[in-house]
Amino acid sequence: MTSNLRPDLRLIADLIEPGSRVLDVGCDDGALLEHLVLEKQVDGRGLELSQKGVNSCVARGLFVIQGDADNDLREYPDNSFDYVVLSKTLQAVHRPRDVLLELLRIGKRAVVTIPNFGQWRVRLSLLRHGRMPVTKSLDKSWHNTDNIHFCTILDLFELIEKEGLSVKEFVPHSKMGKKHRMSKGRANWTADQALFLLEK
Amino acid sequence: MPGMQGHTATLFKDRAFALDSGASLSPVSVGYELYGALNADRSNAVLICHALTGDQYAASAHPITGKPGWWDRIIGPGKLIDTNKYLVICSNVLGGCMGTTGPWQENPETGQPWGLDFPVITIRDMVRLQAALIDHLGIEKLFLALGGSMGGMQVLEWLTTYPERLHSAVVLAAAARHTAQNIAFHEVGRQAIIADPNWHNGAYYDAGTKPDKGLAVARMTAHITYLSEDTLTKKFGRSLQAREAVSFGFDADFQVESYLRYQGSTFVDRFDANSYLYITRAMDYLDIARRFDGRLADAFRGATHVRCCVVSFSSDWLYPTSENKSIVHAMNAAGVPVSFAEIETAHGHDSFLLEEAELDHMLAGFIAAADKTIGRQP
Repeated sequence: MTSNLRPDLRLIADLIEPGSRVLDVGCDDGALLEHLVLEKQVDGRGLELSQKGVNSCVARGLFVIQGDADNDLREYPDNSFDYVVLSKTLQAVHRPRDVLLELLRIGKRAVVTIPNFGQWRVRLSLLRHGRMPVTKSLDKSWHNTDNIHFCTILDLFELIEKEGLSVKEFVPHSKMGKKHRMSKGRANWTADQALFLLEK
Repeated sequence: MPGMQGHTATLFKDRAFALDSGASLSPVSVGYELYGALNADRSNAVLICHALTGDQYAASAHPITGKPGWWDRIIGPGKLIDTNKYLVICSNVLGGCMGTTGPWQENPETGQPWGLDFPVITIRDMVRLQAALIDHLGIEKLFLALGGSMGGMQVLEWLTTYPERLHSAVVLAAAARHTAQNIAFHEVGRQAIIADPNWHNGAYYDAGTKPDKGLAVARMTAHITYLSEDTLTKKFGRSLQAREAVSFGFDADFQVESYLRYQGSTFVDRFDANSYLYITRAMDYLDIARRFDGRLADAFRGATHVRCCVVSFSSDWLYPTSENKSIVHAMNAAGVPVSFAEIETAHGHDSFLLEEAELDHMLAGFIAAADKTIGRQP
């Protein structure tokens, strides 16, 4: 349960204040939400696309709505959560900018994690093979991936700045959840993934 | 199926049962069935709310047709709603014709059947009567209220009217209001009954004949709305009924015609035409948001402690996913803990009564989790 929470999810869990209200967008099988409910006594809700994920969440006693970030976030009232979590989902939505703004309309804070398309392995793969990169973090081909809006760490920083949002925490990390302490420029080159804690 | 059969309670003997219309009834009888037993701390009562043409025989043989209970699939010992664990209560709705007060019953003031003098009722009136029955049974709080279609509408009214008496609630393939299309289909059914010369303005009970043809047509029309086009095509296509070629006449040439005629003709044996008028009217009048200045979320403000689950079916065009999802969004906005899924299925509105593995998974998980929250072993 707690001990085997996926390392990248643990990084998110560590940022959440106990007792807060949390919406997990793309909550998958509910592992993070269950951890937060049991260990941090949060009032947790989920949004999940797959029937399998919804059933898993419901069986865990969680409350989850089948739906997607592009269409369902607009139905949530303003400021109804302390945190809205979007874990490795931003690159799979149709309108990432709108979704990002929705997160901070619904929640006081947003926790967003992304796979970093600027990482050296990705760059090298494209340079060497001239084909869309398939790496450990990005393991699908261009035609069957759900990821339709790839970005790099610097790209997301740019969008955040443009929309006037502020980055409270920036945690570049490896796929195994190992934190890197480094500048965003260096992280853009080396980190597999990155976590952003955002505020309006 | 173990469990006592054929209960009738007579309620409101010396007080009025006030209806939304302003009229009142006294006394009021309720036909109901019980499956399983109430536990010592009275925390295991499950209320099943039936749909338009359902009745209290959810998990026991029907006294007229002899068929197994309409939700026998999920209610019973060791089943999804395990009667070894829960006391399952299912009562015939107000206006119904299986033991509960309705237009078929004698009007105490005239000594004649009510007929059209019976007051028009609402879904909330049905729910108020269920609450009175629960009182009568000595039950303060329901562990679970569960219903599909019109049963789901009743569960929604439980959430707006008696949220403090619920621990959890399941709404399947329902809506918080009737749309123009919903009302239109019901109106066709009602006009079919009214056009039947045997209807006699509702006073047919002593006439020796009933408006069976009108009621059968009403049932045929409604039955089409319970199925998807895909189901009709797969089941019947253009297949002919026991013949090699079309007859160039108006017999039931096609299997689908024969099927609908059969559905209509068997329905009239167990259902009262006036009950059909009153219950369809109650459904048409449903518009929960209207009572809350158009804000459905406000209807659920008192239910933030009730664990809720809403399910729709992808091919249901009667109460489609959009209607169910608007309920979910309203609950969410009110802070009600709710789970929702749209089950992928080709079987249309009737899916809530059919074998749907994903539905069963979701309900089993939801009920087990609700058990845990009151410290009961799932």
